[in-house]
Amino acid sequence: MAAASSVIPATAARWRETLPRRGHVGILSLILTESAFFSIFVVAYIFYLGKSLTGPFPKDVLSPPILNTVCLLSSSTTIVFAIRALRANSIRTFAIWWFITFALGLEFLTGTGLEWHRLIYHDGLTIRTNLFGSTYYSLVGLHALHVTIGLLLILLVLILTMCGYMNDRHIERTDVLSWYWHFVDAVWVVVFLTVYVIGR
Amino acid sequence: MRRWWLTIAIAIAVAGCAPVAALANDWGMGDSNSRIPPSSVFDSVSTPAHEINTLAFFVVSITTVIFLIVAGLLTYSIVRFRARPGDDGREPPQVYGSNPIEFAWTTVPVIIVLVLILITARTIYTVQAPARPPGALSVHVIAHQWWWEFRYPGLGIVTANELHVPLSDLQSPTPTFLDLESADVAHSFWVPRLAGKTDVIPNKKNSMWIDPHVAGTYLGQCGEYCGTEHAMMLLRVIVEPRADFDRWVAAEQQPPALDASVGHGRRVFESTACVNCHTIRGTAADGRFGPDLTHLMTRETIGAGVAMNTRDHLKVWVSDPRVMKPGALMPAMNLGDKDLDDLVAYLATLR
Amino acid sequence: MAGSIDHEIALGAVDERQSLPILGHIHEWVVTVDHKRLGIMYIAGGLFFFLVAGLQAATIRLQLAVPDTGIVPPQVFNRLLTMHGTAMVFLVGMPILTGFFNYLVPLMIGARDLAFPRLNAFGFWLWFFGALLLYFSYIGGDGLYGAGSAPDVGWFAYAPLTELPFSRGNSTDYWILSILLTSVGSTATAINIIATAFCLRCEGMTLNKMPVLVWLAIVVAFMMLVALPPLSAAQAMLLLDRFLGAHFFDTQAGGSAILWQHFFWIFGHPEVYILVIPAFAFASEIIPVFSRKVIFGYSVMVAASCAIAFISLSVWAHHMFAVGMTPAGNSFFAASTMLVGVPTGIKIFNWLGTIWGGKLRFKVPMLFNLAFLFQFLVAGLTGIMLAVAPFDWQLTDTYFVVAHFHYVLIGAIVFMIFAAIYYWFPKATGRMLSETLGKWHFWLFLIGFHLTFDTMHFAGLRGMPRRIYTYQPGRGLETLNLIESIGALVQGIAVLVFVINVLCSLRAGKAAGNDPWDAWTLEWSTTSPPPEYNFAEPPVVRSRRPLWDLKHPEDPDWKYE
Repeated sequence: MAAASSVIPATAARWRETLPRRGHVGILSLILTESAFFSIFVVAYIFYLGKSLTGPFPKDVLSPPILNTVCLLSSSTTIVFAIRALRANSIRTFAIWWFITFALGLEFLTGTGLEWHRLIYHDGLTIRTNLFGSTYYSLVGLHALHVTIGLLLILLVLILTMCGYMNDRHIERTDVLSWYWHFVDAVWVVVFLTVYVIGR
Repeated sequence: MRRWWLTIAIAIAVAGCAPVAALANDWGMGDSNSRIPPSSVFDSVSTPAHEINTLAFFVVSITTVIFLIVAGLLTYSIVRFRARPGDDGREPPQVYGSNPIEFAWTTVPVIIVLVLILITARTIYTVQAPARPPGALSVHVIAHQWWWEFRYPGLGIVTANELHVPLSDLQSPTPTFLDLESADVAHSFWVPRLAGKTDVIPNKKNSMWIDPHVAGTYLGQCGEYCGTEHAMMLLRVIVEPRADFDRWVAAEQQPPALDASVGHGRRVFESTACVNCHTIRGTAADGRFGPDLTHLMTRETIGAGVAMNTRDHLKVWVSDPRVMKPGALMPAMNLGDKDLDDLVAYLATLR
Repeated sequence: MAGSIDHEIALGAVDERQSLPILGHIHEWVVTVDHKRLGIMYIAGGLFFFLVAGLQAATIRLQLAVPDTGIVPPQVFNRLLTMHGTAMVFLVGMPILTGFFNYLVPLMIGARDLAFPRLNAFGFWLWFFGALLLYFSYIGGDGLYGAGSAPDVGWFAYAPLTELPFSRGNSTDYWILSILLTSVGSTATAINIIATAFCLRCEGMTLNKMPVLVWLAIVVAFMMLVALPPLSAAQAMLLLDRFLGAHFFDTQAGGSAILWQHFFWIFGHPEVYILVIPAFAFASEIIPVFSRKVIFGYSVMVAASCAIAFISLSVWAHHMFAVGMTPAGNSFFAASTMLVGVPTGIKIFNWLGTIWGGKLRFKVPMLFNLAFLFQFLVAGLTGIMLAVAPFDWQLTDTYFVVAHFHYVLIGAIVFMIFAAIYYWFPKATGRMLSETLGKWHFWLFLIGFHLTFDTMHFAGLRGMPRRIYTYQPGRGLETLNLIESIGALVQGIAVLVFVINVLCSLRAGKAAGNDPWDAWTLEWSTTSPPPEYNFAEPPVVRSRRPLWDLKHPEDPDWKYE
């Protein structure tokens, strides 16, 4: 984008500055549509609370995943630090914070996996057990899927950083990815409140 | 060039013959239906349908006036402001808008809408929320793929597809309340001359009421797509004066008379799969999957209205229901000729 | 303006393209990321499925022309009605309308392409494969149980009819998966349009100076982003029910059939506005040009469209008046539905205001547009009748509703699609469509449309429910249905005339030039067809009608806006 302004007239370049960036508009649109998608699963979860004909029931088997939550929400902070570092072209600092973000996200996924393992093998709750099982696994699973996609993209950037390809010219795209990550964390707040607070 | 059009015309004519050529048997329903007035929404004989009609009349009048005004203005402007042949090619005055006009044609519709909302809400509550008077007749309607089960819990009667209700009086109404449940998928109970339709949905209890004040037979059918034979999930409501209704009830409450001459047919019924799906009170047959056949012959139609209830039609139905109703869930019974005749003779005694 | 400089370059490029072998030609189109080519591909694909789904409708009308026919057995008929509805919404309406936005939005804002050209191509091919998948069900739908073939659950696929016990085999799964695919394509287009309109406008084009079509494209895009996910979510839940034994809509396990209806119609109602607002967009461009007047009340038009979009998110349960909601629930949705009629009416009045005092030229685009005005008015008024919940208790799920929504879908939307094709075909191809064939097309289609759908209202009032494979004689429905079927035949002939018009004009249509209609928005400033880069120099605008300013330097728009 910076190179292009030497070709187009100055007034057009000034005009272009006043318009929003397409990457950010795009990711905001994606966040809007994904929010609508998640809302339906949240609505289904709340609608079916208390309607399961057989157990196990939420209060019997659910315990709030505090560690996972802390890790995931902290990763939002660490990614902000990473972006700041990248804007200032301090690639080493960026790499460190980016790696920590990845690790925290990975912890969340692992923790969710362990929780599911316990629910399935110890408590006998699967997606087909009852309405609670159906709505729980679909909602938490949908979120975990989004975390996985985010982590894969973060990993890609991590690998590119390790190979020395990242610099401050990629700030806009990396910032767009960080917005996606913030969205994933915000969704977790909603899911957490719905499943582990309201729903128990 | 001319031959081209001719080919198309012939093709269309041939295609047009196809529907006529493929006309299937109507199993006597055409005659029977013609003797009943069409189920027009506007031909109401029961309070819910009346209330709807009053409201509809009002709404249609308003919308007609709106149509005449707006369409009139559109027509006028199309005629008045068309480009004339000797036109000088100059552009007309450019009018960008007018706030007062916008205000006017926003306010008037809002007022109309407010009026409509109020009268609509009033009718909604009148029709949906009446209290059930004690002693009102309650019928439990269970919708199946593709037939209607009617249980009269207070009276100990179970029948199918043809609903008998007592005549109500305009001055002192005696409504019938219908409690609707589904045994499988979503259906809808609709008899246009009596009331609007109410959906019949599994795991949800709905109810509606009717109070017909003109005796007669009223045609209805399922109003929610429910699978292959949705089109042939017909129903009839037979409204009778109190005395006739009571007589019908009494007859239904009796088990069917045993007729020794059809003993063989009865044994065929009881020894084949019939008993798994059908109930005949007073016998070993107590299946619930298909209609109750205890008083089969008091019904005008069979197969949920797909054919008139005659011995010949019964024979076709029992031999293979899919001849009359291609998607029917009742299998072909594959009986031998003698067994089939005897069985139908037995069924013909169930009145 | 930039147009004339591009002319020779564009011509040269065209000559070079024509000398490539046919495979090279196809390859160009398959790998393209150019919004114009992708737009044309969306429209061409949509028109193809219009013919397919139209033939399915013709078969339906053939069957229903006379009572108790056995032309097709009920199972086949139920697949026809499901595929007709599903295809018309997702494989005809959506692609054609978004195809037009694809083509027009960058041109109208003076941009080179959409914001994300590769995403655009990705979206198209996803749509294309989703479309193929839906029709592949005819061959591949035989599942383990032998039941299968195309889906037969109706285009809104109510639960629990769609659950495994009542829909064996894989036909319902094809319905789910193909629409999930096409929806991703639509979402990609929506993101693209929003990013383009906000980020790529040419110099001087503030949001307030965009053509009405671009504003409405933004509105539609936002609606797609918000309204498509509920359908995808519900379909995902149904898939979980069918494949993993979940119980979302399993009434035996306490699940709710109504929940499916809520989710579906939270999508379904905004969807019909997603389909009709592009028709409004075309009308807002075509009526001014053929009345020779600026659009009356630009700001109000935009505001009304935003109001429609917003309110339409709150009316969905008017499709569910008969399911047994509380009186309060029914009253609320009746009220919101009637309320959405107000901004809709305002738009009709503003078009009337545009025509008023103008100099109407009755070219084919305008003929279709004028019919749209009358027909959309009628459709809106029967919509008000349906909004009155108690009346809806009689009318819902009958041929009255079928008549109402075909009045919107055909009377408003298809008529405007034809108008838009006649209007912008010259820009896209450099050739005019034949006016004579166009007039034949218009009048035949108008007559056929009214024969079928005016009559159809009365069939519903006479007790004919929808989605029935036949009806019995003696119900008073025979004459009505026969007239409807004859009308369908006439419409079919009209479409045939249209197809002939398109094919002949592609070969030998009159040369169009840059600006055959003497119009005022930016797409008419470049060549027909535009070069790949659209504008040699990015335009600079000062008003909503940049070409009006150029053609009338003594009286430019920016003095009055």
